[in-house]
Amino acid sequence: MLRVIKSLGLAALVSVAAMGGAQAAGGSVDLKSVSWNHSGMFGTYDRASAQRGLQVYREVCAGCHGLGLVAFRTLSDLGFSEEEIKAIAAESDYIDGPDGEGEMFERPGKPFDAFPTPFPNENAARASNNGAYPPDLSLMVKARASGDNYLYSLLTGYVDAPEGFELPDGMNYNAYFPDHKIAMPSPLIEDGVEYSDGTAATIDQQAKDVTVFLTWAAEPKMEQRKSIGLRVILFLLILAGLFYAVKKKVWSDLH
Amino acid sequence: MSFEPKNSAVKWVEDRLPIMGMLHHALYEYPTPKNLSYWWTFGSLAGIMLVVQIVSGIVLAMHYTPHVDMAFESVEHIMRDVNYGWLLRYMHANGGSMFFIVVYLHMFRGLYYGSYKAPRELLWWLGLIIFVLMMATAFMGYVLPWGQMSFWGATVITNLFSAIPIVGESIVSWLWGGFSVDNPTLNRFFSLHYLLPFVIVGAVILHIWALHTNGSNNPTGIELKDKQDSIPFHPYYTVKDLFGLAIFLIIFSAFLFYAPNYMGHPDNYIPANPLSTPAHIVPEWYFLPFYAILRAVPDKLGGVLLMFGAIAILFALPWLDKSRIRSARFRPIFKQLFWVFAVVCVGLTYMGGQSADGNLVEIHGMVPVMADGVAQMKDGVPLMEEGVTFAVSNVLVSRILTAYYFIHFLILLPVIGLFEKPKPLPASISEDVLSKTSPAKEAGNA
Amino acid sequence: MTTTTPVEEDGVTRRDFLYVAAGGLSAVGAAAAIWPFISQMNPSADVLALSTTEVDLEGIETGSEITAVWQGKPVFVRHRTEGEIKKAEDVVVADLPDPEPDADRVIKPEWLIMVGVCTHLGCIPLKEQGDYSGWFCPCHGSHYDTSGRIRKGPAPTNLLIPPYEFLDDNNIKIG
Repeated sequence: MLRVIKSLGLAALVSVAAMGGAQAAGGSVDLKSVSWNHSGMFGTYDRASAQRGLQVYREVCAGCHGLGLVAFRTLSDLGFSEEEIKAIAAESDYIDGPDGEGEMFERPGKPFDAFPTPFPNENAARASNNGAYPPDLSLMVKARASGDNYLYSLLTGYVDAPEGFELPDGMNYNAYFPDHKIAMPSPLIEDGVEYSDGTAATIDQQAKDVTVFLTWAAEPKMEQRKSIGLRVILFLLILAGLFYAVKKKVWSDLH
Repeated sequence: MSFEPKNSAVKWVEDRLPIMGMLHHALYEYPTPKNLSYWWTFGSLAGIMLVVQIVSGIVLAMHYTPHVDMAFESVEHIMRDVNYGWLLRYMHANGGSMFFIVVYLHMFRGLYYGSYKAPRELLWWLGLIIFVLMMATAFMGYVLPWGQMSFWGATVITNLFSAIPIVGESIVSWLWGGFSVDNPTLNRFFSLHYLLPFVIVGAVILHIWALHTNGSNNPTGIELKDKQDSIPFHPYYTVKDLFGLAIFLIIFSAFLFYAPNYMGHPDNYIPANPLSTPAHIVPEWYFLPFYAILRAVPDKLGGVLLMFGAIAILFALPWLDKSRIRSARFRPIFKQLFWVFAVVCVGLTYMGGQSADGNLVEIHGMVPVMADGVAQMKDGVPLMEEGVTFAVSNVLVSRILTAYYFIHFLILLPVIGLFEKPKPLPASISEDVLSKTSPAKEAGNA
Repeated sequence: MTTTTPVEEDGVTRRDFLYVAAGGLSAVGAAAAIWPFISQMNPSADVLALSTTEVDLEGIETGSEITAVWQGKPVFVRHRTEGEIKKAEDVVVADLPDPEPDADRVIKPEWLIMVGVCTHLGCIPLKEQGDYSGWFCPCHGSHYDTSGRIRKGPAPTNLLIPPYEFLDDNNIKIG
């Protein structure tokens, strides 16, 4: 009798798990799935894609979205030279000081500065964007479940609203945004940027590249993490094998 | 073989503080049952995790700033700029989860083998005190990164205390240091999060002292009778624990290096915003069963009382379980109930993560179109549309599981303790071990 | 406890080898595991990025000096007069407590750039004071000359010259 209860309970749990899983995720829309270079145990960032993504970020997104946790000097991870980094940094201005007279002054960016935030605070950001707040993108890929797939889906998910869908003024329909109403209009356009490496700048390509760049921006240490992880786990497997042999040896004299 | 120091320096210390003699006794003289299974490795793993958390926490505290304007960024500074900062942060965050996994397995081992029964009631109580301290420590620690879940989890749980009649509101503003969770709250949580682990160390020392007073339980639940029932802790259990540690570290490393955010919540990578509540506020997984119990009760104070009651009832366990037999190995009905209870706990964990107003099971079909409670008709036939024909709500499931949790302790255990007919016990541990290794196995086993 | 006689091999038993291997590998693992805990106290990447300071020399008139900050320490940037330079060069180097010719302490003789921390116990010396027309440290009475060299008092060595370079005639980068 009790065994029946136990089996039933287990079966019920298992059978609703799949259903409940989708609920727990908070959204019932399946994201598009890209086979990213950085996925998996041995994944690394596609440097060329990330560099193109930086260009997309600076030319398309940086007007509204900050990247305040990423210092220019960290771009060396993506293969930029010191000169290139200095040039990128110098394109933004930063307030520094006080000087000898006690005045604050503006100076061009240096490698130790972080990417700028376009608005001084959230209220200013909202005022410039019809009340909507363009969030800082430094951690966006980690702040969403399956962040890289989510970001790619979002950027390529601007489709026509289905028949009868109520879309308030100033909002746009997106198949992947929660509740499908997003204040940001589709930011990417065909050939919106001109890639220096000649890659065709389709919306799909731009979406992929900026996603790779932002994934790096959120997790610059991913590659070291995975490579150290591999060595640690291999070492532990050998150690576990040795300890098992030792344990067997020590215990063998008991029987 | 008692401790006889040959070295005169060692003897000098020993005459003044007999700590080496204590260690010697614990390693070589303490009679450990020879039949302990791998379920007995979780205690030492828990001790190791306590050390890991303390050491990683202390080095993290060298770089963290406990101020609302700087906390989130200081954590990112650790992740990006501090040498191996990402490793230390992930070690501490995932280490917390691993600590709870190990402690839950350790507790369930105790439940199954009756390790809470006389004369080990105080040992069990000290363990529960450690568990409660761990929960307080983990709760406050999660607030420190000052993400959305940090802030809102803190808000929801501290608000619970306002349910206490008369003094509730005062207690809450006393906890907060203000009128909402804000900088004073963060600062004091940092102070207490640093302090409590050392209180846990004290409780662990008492826990081990209590253990050594009566000795370890074992899978048969029978006390040591003969000399050959026991073996010295070293080298037998030191090497077994080391092997268990290696396997555990592999699992820990798999999370740390390859899925470091799996057990966390993405919303905590969003800086705390007191003006924007996340869609679903969820605590870390190890709090989920208690969260489910809390939400199962429609009354605020009732939910709080039942949630704390779920832990309080564990203190009464040695007296609720009336059976004289310790181990579930020889208690066939209790064994079944144990597994049902385990499934219920897993169920409560799952339900704690579900939305409060959703359905666990939904069957879709055609339902009548309703307007103002009246079915709409057309040509004398009801209009139909896509809808939910049958649903089991999350709340209902949580309530059933919560009820069962308390029924298990308050009704089932006392009753079957009195009326259950146990299987025949082996005469001794040695006999039990021999009967397993001999070709003709007779004794019942798990 | 009953034990089987281990097979002897060069005085080390087969069983011992297993223990030695396990113990040795554990020690290696422990050392590797401890390293991050030690390394995290070293300067972090953002601190290392701020290890240089640039100074604009344009406003500094002859005979005056400014104090810049480099790696959290004061750095005296003095535009020396002809008289100060001559005084520095005329000193008999061998007589100095810490012998060092003035030419070794400057790139351009009119610019003296030194870390403004007394080499005795770390106070900041005062400019244009002391018996040698240079700096004087009020804490324990060390006198430095116009080249920042110790002449009298408890300080053991001359004021430290930081690594620096001229980016152009009016700008230096320290560090």
